[in-house]
Amino acid sequence: MEKRTVFSGYAIPLALLAPQLLITVIFFYLPAGQAIWQSFQLEDAFGTVSQFVGFENYKLLFERPEYFKAIGATAVFSVLVGTLSLALSLFLAVQANKALKGASFYKTLLIWPYAVAPAIAGVLWLFLFQPSMGMVARLLQQWGIPWDPLLNGNHAMILVVLAATWKQISYNFLFFLAGLQSIPHSLIEASAIDGATPLRRFWTIIFPLLSPTTFYLIVVNVVYVFFDTFGIIDAVTHGGPAGATTTLVFKVYNDGRSGGDLGSSAAQSVILMVIVIALTAIQFRYIERKVNY
Amino acid sequence: MSSISRLALLAATALTVTAGSARAQTEITWWHAMTGANNDVVNKLAEDFNASQKDYKVVVAYKGSYADTMQAGIAAFRAGNAPHILQVFEVGTASMMGAGKAIKPVAEVMAEAGEKFDPKAYLPAVAAYYSTAKGELLSFPFNSSSAVMWYNKDAFKKAGLDPNNPPKTWPETFEAAKKLQANGHATCGMASAWITWLNIEQFAVWHNVPLATKGNGLDGFDAVLEMNKEPFVRHFKNLAEAQKTKVFDYSGRTNTGEGRFTSGECPIMLTSSGFYGNVKANAKFDWANAPMPYYPDVPGAPQNSTLGGASLWVMGGKKADEYKGVAKFFAFLSDTDRQAKLHTESGYLPITLAAYEKVKASGFYNQNPYLETPIKELTNKPPTAISRGIRLGNLVQIRDIWAEEIELILNGSKTPQAGLDAAAERGNVLLRQFERTVTK
Amino acid sequence: MVEKETAFSKYMPHVVLLLGVLIIFLPVWLAFVASTWDPATISNGKLPLTPGPYFIENYKRILFSGTSSSTREPVWSMLGNSFIMAIGVAVGKIIISILSAFALVYYKFPLRRTVFWFIFITLMLPVEVRIFPTYKIVADLGMLDTYHGLIIPLIASATGTLLFRQFFMTVPDELLEASKIDAAGPFRFFKDTLVPLSMTTIAALFVIQFIYGWNQYLWPLLITTKDSMQTIVIGIRKMIVTQDALTEWQLAMATAVLALLPPVAVVIGMQKLFVKGLVETEK
Repeated sequence: MEKRTVFSGYAIPLALLAPQLLITVIFFYLPAGQAIWQSFQLEDAFGTVSQFVGFENYKLLFERPEYFKAIGATAVFSVLVGTLSLALSLFLAVQANKALKGASFYKTLLIWPYAVAPAIAGVLWLFLFQPSMGMVARLLQQWGIPWDPLLNGNHAMILVVLAATWKQISYNFLFFLAGLQSIPHSLIEASAIDGATPLRRFWTIIFPLLSPTTFYLIVVNVVYVFFDTFGIIDAVTHGGPAGATTTLVFKVYNDGRSGGDLGSSAAQSVILMVIVIALTAIQFRYIERKVNY
Repeated sequence: MSSISRLALLAATALTVTAGSARAQTEITWWHAMTGANNDVVNKLAEDFNASQKDYKVVVAYKGSYADTMQAGIAAFRAGNAPHILQVFEVGTASMMGAGKAIKPVAEVMAEAGEKFDPKAYLPAVAAYYSTAKGELLSFPFNSSSAVMWYNKDAFKKAGLDPNNPPKTWPETFEAAKKLQANGHATCGMASAWITWLNIEQFAVWHNVPLATKGNGLDGFDAVLEMNKEPFVRHFKNLAEAQKTKVFDYSGRTNTGEGRFTSGECPIMLTSSGFYGNVKANAKFDWANAPMPYYPDVPGAPQNSTLGGASLWVMGGKKADEYKGVAKFFAFLSDTDRQAKLHTESGYLPITLAAYEKVKASGFYNQNPYLETPIKELTNKPPTAISRGIRLGNLVQIRDIWAEEIELILNGSKTPQAGLDAAAERGNVLLRQFERTVTK
Repeated sequence: MVEKETAFSKYMPHVVLLLGVLIIFLPVWLAFVASTWDPATISNGKLPLTPGPYFIENYKRILFSGTSSSTREPVWSMLGNSFIMAIGVAVGKIIISILSAFALVYYKFPLRRTVFWFIFITLMLPVEVRIFPTYKIVADLGMLDTYHGLIIPLIASATGTLLFRQFFMTVPDELLEASKIDAAGPFRFFKDTLVPLSMTTIAALFVIQFIYGWNQYLWPLLITTKDSMQTIVIGIRKMIVTQDALTEWQLAMATAVLALLPPVAVVIGMQKLFVKGLVETEK
């Protein structure tokens, strides 16, 4: 990863790095440090009284079932959104790759949800599935499905999964399509001559060749589901019913809201930071390897 | 090179504290949570006040829901940027009272500014709720409401119910809802907005049963929840039973489900009396409201209801001159004519006795009996030690916990007893935490 | 094509794709439809699949007079704020990250690896996780209710730096060697060689960051207190959350439609550059 030829001196690189470093220190390291400090404190909402409580906030967190419930909800949510959005977008990308002439046309029609704010995506889906006025909700009820995301945790989960998947398909689609288009045609033809069926060809030749893309997308999707879906959950379910859609990030925000339990919220932030740094390291190793090719 | 100097400039501006420019007028900021017709009322009040004098300028900002507004106010205080006036819903009252230096009692603000102010001018129920045990008014009552039962008279007629004789007790209400459901309201016989406020907090006070020890928290921060008993358990059993058949249909934790009443879907809606303006504007049927139902075998029921709505808190750490402006503004708000108008336009309660008398004398209630229902509820009987109100710390978060457990009861995951046990147990954890951090 | 082309294999992908396109388009279409009806039709659950007669009325109201019931500002000012924020985030991030990536790739200096990790650890940690402490710092710096308060904390992440670094690593060393033979200094090399080569990456980053900035939700919600500083995403949230009042869905939906047009236009308008930059550099 090193360049053979470089410039020397270090006043200039430092000056070039200064803005980034300054912003990173002020808006990343300082608040992160404060979160760590706060996670050992018990404070009132207004920050006028605080006392050092050691690891109490962490201990309480792991003593209560709510935190494990949030971990569970996050896992279910991540797996569902990840699997659904990857599978659907791979399917669409394969179709687009077949439809040689129309590929770019479909690309245009499929990439735009990437640009929609998660909160707005949430509102759009909420509007469809809101039990008393949502069009889809009424259809479901007419078919005898007792659709009730306000009380039924599974329904609420389905709703946020749909909204989150909808938003993520375009991103995954772009990467899969690019991956598919970079597979040499001769390779596929060769296996066709060997008599492999299209489906077999896909699983034995194409899919393995796509695996770097798939791996990259899995990491990106996990991060997306962990963090960028906050707006969707806040707009659609507020984490309910009964915490069924409370993910870890939503819980950080919700517990710290109105200063209710800042210490616990900070402790949860710290745990999340550790998870994310681990994820970053994994992704980074992968990227490093790619660059070395 | 130029891009670097531009960057340096950017960084410099980023880090410079932008100094507020000097103004001849002193600005008083007021953060609120009012939407709909009441948003207009707030803006009109500020405009009128600003036009009435030239030393002060009240600047209003809508900050989202009640919880959002309180959240924004607290965050802003921590950051040294609090507004002068913050509208806080009644749920946040104990948290604000425990906030020490973060707030400045209204009585103090008025006294220091030399503004005429008499707590006795307020409806006793209203003044008592926002005062300390010693009777010092801490916040300025603004939009007060209570919980009532709204019902669709046309639907009642269709279902063969007497529209002028609404159900009084819970058993009668469930019966009525069943009939309504069978007559064109399959998805919802009745519903309740603000699920915890109606079915736990108001329910406790209305039945004169304790929700928590220490007079529901009014006598001390060491209150312990005890709502995992009768008649709460029975009530949630009935609700869960009715939920199965949609005789009762859960409509969310806040008031987002209120639209189901005005759209005609739910013929009975238990919610705030402050719903008035919207019913009036949007319901395309004949409607009315009635007091909340009660269980007749509970001794003393119905007792009295308690306050909802919000009050205006003055935040601490501001300049003396700014407090003077706040005092002037509150004096302006207390004016009897203004209060009377506020009441008749918004549907919130009149908060001064004079305003109530004035509206009463004008014969307004003869044409609009619905605005008097909450007042009658609040004053139904003289309050007892446990019906004065609810004042629990961290109640915003505790309400969320209660709502979670109620959702589990209603969707059949937990029995009413188990759900309420958990609601009390989890709520107590937060109460103890609040007790440890409160500024005495 | 490998197989013999039958009508089925020829048209099936198109059918499937069109179906996918339709399903993906459905929520937005219904939002548009809702924005052309009156509140009664919507709240009674009788919304049809075709636009209604209130298009002009609803859009005129949100664009020129604002909703009377919650966000009183006309949507114009919110759109303007979102635009400034999005452009600010995009441009700010491009500038700081291209400079720091240049330093990291083309200079050898003590502690380079440390600095490298110091920056990259922030790669994926979103504002949401450290929101309360960050808010306090922004307030201490007097940056509440300012555009730089909205923008600068959001450019404190390493995504852009990583993108440029990845790209610079693929730039042939010969280019720098040639430039050195011409006796060009680092800035001439940066300006004349590197920046022109990076245009695709810059475009990709611009699109990604523009959307990121435009779509921010929690951050502007917390740090803007004045109505005049609201962004459009916040405006929609405030329209939907109501107190003792009904949600004016037709206006919220009209606002949602307006809010998603600009970022969608950017993505589609800069599609080629964006896709190329995104796929080639992120991989």
